[in-house]
Amino acid sequence: MAVKVMIPTPLRAYAGKQDHVDVTARTVGEALDSLVTQHGDLRRHLFQDDGRLRSFVNVYLNDDDIRYLKKEATPVKDGDTVSIVPSIAGGSPAAHRATRGTAE
Amino acid sequence: MSAKSAPAEAAPAATLSKDEILRYSRHLIMPEVGMEGQLKLKKARVLMIGTGGLGAPLGLYLAAAGVGHLGLVDFDKVDFTNLQRQVTFGTSDVGRHKVEAARERLSNLNPAIEIKVFETMLTSANALELFRDYDIIVDGTDNFPTRYLVNDATVLSGKINVYGSIFRFEGQATVFGAAGGPCYRCLYPEPPPPGLVPSCAEGGVLGVLPGIVGSIQAMEAIKLILGAGDTLVGRLLLFDALQMKFREVKLRKNPDCPVCGEKRTITQLIDYQEFCGIRGEEAAPTVSVPEITPKELKARLDRGDDLFILDVREPHEYQICHLDGHLIPLGDLPRRVNELDSSREIVAHCRSGKRSADAVAFLKQAGFKKIWNLKGGILAWSDEVDPKVPKY
Repeated sequence: MAVKVMIPTPLRAYAGKQDHVDVTARTVGEALDSLVTQHGDLRRHLFQDDGRLRSFVNVYLNDDDIRYLKKEATPVKDGDTVSIVPSIAGGSPAAHRATRGTAE
Repeated sequence: MSAKSAPAEAAPAATLSKDEILRYSRHLIMPEVGMEGQLKLKKARVLMIGTGGLGAPLGLYLAAAGVGHLGLVDFDKVDFTNLQRQVTFGTSDVGRHKVEAARERLSNLNPAIEIKVFETMLTSANALELFRDYDIIVDGTDNFPTRYLVNDATVLSGKINVYGSIFRFEGQATVFGAAGGPCYRCLYPEPPPPGLVPSCAEGGVLGVLPGIVGSIQAMEAIKLILGAGDTLVGRLLLFDALQMKFREVKLRKNPDCPVCGEKRTITQLIDYQEFCGIRGEEAAPTVSVPEITPKELKARLDRGDDLFILDVREPHEYQICHLDGHLIPLGDLPRRVNELDSSREIVAHCRSGKRSADAVAFLKQAGFKKIWNLKGGILAWSDEVDPKVPKY
């Protein structure tokens, strides 16, 4: 199935600066695998060492959170959109700004 | 949910003065607001956490709309780099406390409302107390510890949390904490570990972006007060300013949520710095590498020592200022390492010294022996050696 994977701004630097990547996959997990195979630098941003999705990265199939579907095993259809939505906090790096604690 | 946000308890019937009727006339002639809605706004109590980029449109629009009781929480002072987006402040406010400058601006905009300022950092010790007198909390902060603190404190105190966050060209907004609705931890159970997602090199924000996202938060706060329309409860709005696209995804209440789920494990506020992996005064320590101070570097260059300056910032940063170094952005270093001569002495630098510390650690592992990190980066060079080098 031809699926579009949407890349959020913070991760575009690791995906050739593209805002989306077209992949072929049968499940959401395969779509993500294909994505990190094409763009190896993305892997550590999306997955923990044990291969599980990081808890501050949510993945949506169209507008549904895959945690409430079949997670990575959720099947995809032609034309579906998989969105990666990481938590963002503000204008500057979290750790750096947190210590200054200024407001955005 | 609107019942929760609106001042439902039987308060003495408020009225509008003749001046207020004139001021709010463009609201009053709309049936969705009208006299009834304007009085709801007048009785409303909204606490803004942060008076920065998101807080600027929030404060201006909430005050202009006639939200009767506004609280502002911020401990910070206005600095020059704020003015690119924090439009509440003027150049003459630089150095002033943000809450004071904001109070002056908002009071001038609307003298008829009550503005309370809290010149303090929001902490686990004061959050619940600060939230007590308000119905709606608007999160205009920029860091994970405060966002989790705002979330947990709103859940524990049963308040609504109007959420907005931004990064470069991208924004997110939603409403958490409505009855039966999800909270921030339902969406993101845990924050990213420090240093993993955005690095210094990728920071920054286009000044208009917080203006747009903060305006969305202001609109949601006002709708919650009025009980009008469909709010963002249960929907996460994603805004990409470069593509100028709005999308939304569904948010669900997570039954296993540690703070609002059925078997909650968080029943009081915790240490959010620790929770976010940030301990003590400083962020997680960076790798320890050999350093050279700007003054030492200057002395050695003046002596004519053969030093190779390696600049690991991004090309757009090099355009702002540079030390005539050889530019290899940190992310490109692994595949461009062959451009470096390990027999020469190398001094690596970035803006503040953090990225170049990573570069030095990487190059040492790759076998480079004569390599130092410029302590404090080009910022320290500007402070200690050459004030003509602009800081950014």
